[in-house]
Amino acid sequence: MSAMQNASSIQRSPLSGVPIQLLLLRLRAYIALIVLAAVFAALSPAFLTTGNLIILTKQVAINAILGIGMTFVILSGGIDLSMGSIAGLCGMVAGWLINEGLILAPFGVSIFFNVWMVGLLTLVVGLLVGLVNGALVTRLSVAPFIATLGTLYVARGAALLISDGATFPNLVGRESLGNTGFPELGAGTMLGLPYPIWIMVLFAIVGAFVARKTPFGRHVYAVGGNEKAAALSGVRVERVKWTTYMISGVCAAMVGLIIASQLVAAHPATGETFELNAIAVVVLGGTSLMGGRGTISGTLIGAFVIGVLVNGMVLLGVSEFWQIVIKGAVIVLAVVVDQQQQRMQLRRLSLSSRQMSSRPPSRDPAG
Amino acid sequence: MTSESPPIALQAERIVKRYPGTTALDCVDFTVHAGKVNVLIGENGAGKSTLMKILAGVEAPSEGRLVLNGTPITLANPREARAHGIGIIFQELSLFPNLTVSENVFIARELVTGLGTIQTGRQEAVTRALMQRLEQSIEPDTLVEDLRIGQQQLVEIARALAEEVSILIMDEPTSALSDAEAGVLLRIVRELTAQGVAIVYISHKLDECLQIGDHFTVLRDGRLVAEAPASEVSLAWIVEHMSGRTSDTLFRRRTRPAGEVVLEAEGITLPRAHGDGFLVEDVSLSVRAGEIVGIYGLMGAGRTELLECLFGMQLRSAGSVRLGGVELSSRPIEERLRLGLALVPEDRQQLGLVQTFSVAENITLAHLRALRKGIALSAGREREEVDRLIAQLGIKVSDPAQSITTLSGGNQQKVVLAKNLLTRPKVLMLDEPTRGIDVGARSEIFALMNDLAGEGLGVLFVSSELKEVVAMADRAIVMARGRITGEFAGDRLTEQHLAAASVLSVNSVTS
Repeated sequence: MSAMQNASSIQRSPLSGVPIQLLLLRLRAYIALIVLAAVFAALSPAFLTTGNLIILTKQVAINAILGIGMTFVILSGGIDLSMGSIAGLCGMVAGWLINEGLILAPFGVSIFFNVWMVGLLTLVVGLLVGLVNGALVTRLSVAPFIATLGTLYVARGAALLISDGATFPNLVGRESLGNTGFPELGAGTMLGLPYPIWIMVLFAIVGAFVARKTPFGRHVYAVGGNEKAAALSGVRVERVKWTTYMISGVCAAMVGLIIASQLVAAHPATGETFELNAIAVVVLGGTSLMGGRGTISGTLIGAFVIGVLVNGMVLLGVSEFWQIVIKGAVIVLAVVVDQQQQRMQLRRLSLSSRQMSSRPPSRDPAG
Repeated sequence: MTSESPPIALQAERIVKRYPGTTALDCVDFTVHAGKVNVLIGENGAGKSTLMKILAGVEAPSEGRLVLNGTPITLANPREARAHGIGIIFQELSLFPNLTVSENVFIARELVTGLGTIQTGRQEAVTRALMQRLEQSIEPDTLVEDLRIGQQQLVEIARALAEEVSILIMDEPTSALSDAEAGVLLRIVRELTAQGVAIVYISHKLDECLQIGDHFTVLRDGRLVAEAPASEVSLAWIVEHMSGRTSDTLFRRRTRPAGEVVLEAEGITLPRAHGDGFLVEDVSLSVRAGEIVGIYGLMGAGRTELLECLFGMQLRSAGSVRLGGVELSSRPIEERLRLGLALVPEDRQQLGLVQTFSVAENITLAHLRALRKGIALSAGREREEVDRLIAQLGIKVSDPAQSITTLSGGNQQKVVLAKNLLTRPKVLMLDEPTRGIDVGARSEIFALMNDLAGEGLGVLFVSSELKEVVAMADRAIVMARGRITGEFAGDRLTEQHLAAASVLSVNSVTS
């Protein structure tokens, strides 16, 4: 009898009656972040200084913005391996537009845009690459892994082709052309915080709003959770998937812009393996690679965990090689813990349903 | 019984099997007689397949035990069952389409040389001999995906024959076979029993069961309800025990005036994937507002496929579908939904629910755009609609935010129903709406269908259960082999007529 009451109290509220281990597991990303920060703060006096925290957050912003785009793709059951290449390509596009302008060969003229227009055009390029990814995945039924692996190479090649492998240096623009001010994006501040941090905040707020509050967001989760059931519920599965790749394309382009602006130069190799960092922060944030489960806030936390870990290890003078090993181990550990949590939840589920089904049907309360 | 009681090969004692939300088997005793064809009969969801999975080691029983030749055994997996001489031919094909016929036959017990390499030649020779025994001209090196579905089923059978089994379980072995192929199979079943092999035979084709069975067992709602040797069994005996007596009072049909025709389908045709006949052939039907139309038929009659054609899930289908005068045939699913057609699919887990979603999220999934305030979803309106439907359908849930997977089968089905009702359909189609749910929830679902029809909805439902169709439908359509073979209403709508139409039509095709 007490077992039955226990089962029904579990049903009433998802958190009441949850064993403490499970609760800790669910909040593990937050706990890991707090523990890491506490450890580094104790070991290194430099860690908690305003200067360091701003540097840290600026670094986090790159992974977080990529991760937000990647989260949408992964939630819908896909993957986007081309994000790093898109970032590289878009940095080059921005550098090219600033230094060389849009060359209209038939007329022998180049058009120079102001930096706002450059930014917009660059984001459109990212959107278009995402459009291609989406078309490959939906219309041509290419597996997402393969489609975006192909785009990874094509976009990287295109980035190299733009300048024949060279860097676009000194992206300050010229007063006479009216395109100065590009470095401001990476270096400027508002209320004491660098713009990349504000951009991260903006992307996170919009991303979380779209994911949680709009029909499109709900559809993304539905497609990742059960594509067939979603289609039968009238969800336009192809359109949803397609849109997620366009979102990740824009996020990657934004990162390309930020990095080019911070360096005041565009290098065609920028962003190599960034897609793997993005996947890492998404997974660390508790999003399932199978799709359907995960949050934007989780991804943000994941990005901060990686950021704090790397920053702290640098401050403590951990060798760069060990940093790489530790980063990898942390990612694997996160997934192992995730699997443990799911196993625990499943066990609880079948236990409670067993208790319910052993009740004779006549005693069903509302029956 | 005592005079010719054959030796018992396998005894399942007091088997109980629970799944989250349902009890599939409730204290079932089942005896497998050696050298006999042991027929197991029951409606869909009666627990036949679950029992077979337990005998074959695919699932472990929650309670109870298996006794093989007098010694209790436990089976951790199908491999252990096979080691004990228990083989199974699955209802759902469990072949590897990417491998050849002989590779499939020898999967997981390949013939190997001393070096550990596969003896392809020997495997193919054995396979060729098996195919001859099955009177098939299938080459052993053909890829399984290149075979017709019926041929695939024969490969599955060959796989079981290649093993030395003393007990062979056949779950719907003839569902995809032509009559000639089924004839070969029945001959082989006889050969096997003559060699002393015990056969456990499950089929929806009652005439086939009567022809081949030696001993009959009937399951209903997870319980054993009758057992008898072939000499005491007739079609009437089977129908009586399958349907039961008490259930007639569970739901009552109300006659009501039918309105205008809302759904009209003409010449619906769906060719088989391998261009080998039709799954649905030239079916025309109509449903009026406030009318409940039942579609009855045996397994593989094309009923599910018909609903899929009507809902736009089958892109290769032909024919015209009109809803309230609007032609639907070139429209995608979301437009059909918007125009007022809804489908509660048979496979709740695969097609009906998003398992990662809460109860509330599942209910609103098909109707999100209407629950917006500006561009954002309105939590308040969502909550309002969810609460209204939970109350209307009597969904037993303590918190709409709880995961859908915590609900029982019946309540999950109500959630799927709620999702479809939220789109305010004109015509509601339900495919086997009571599959896998308990008796109480079953009568609630039927009461709901009744209420909905009373409100002027057209209801079209598919069922494999005679009593459901007879009790619920204002009009019943019988399908067999993709075609409509009978239509009954009023006094002519009886279990006898429906069963006769479905069984007789199969026979008439045979002869």
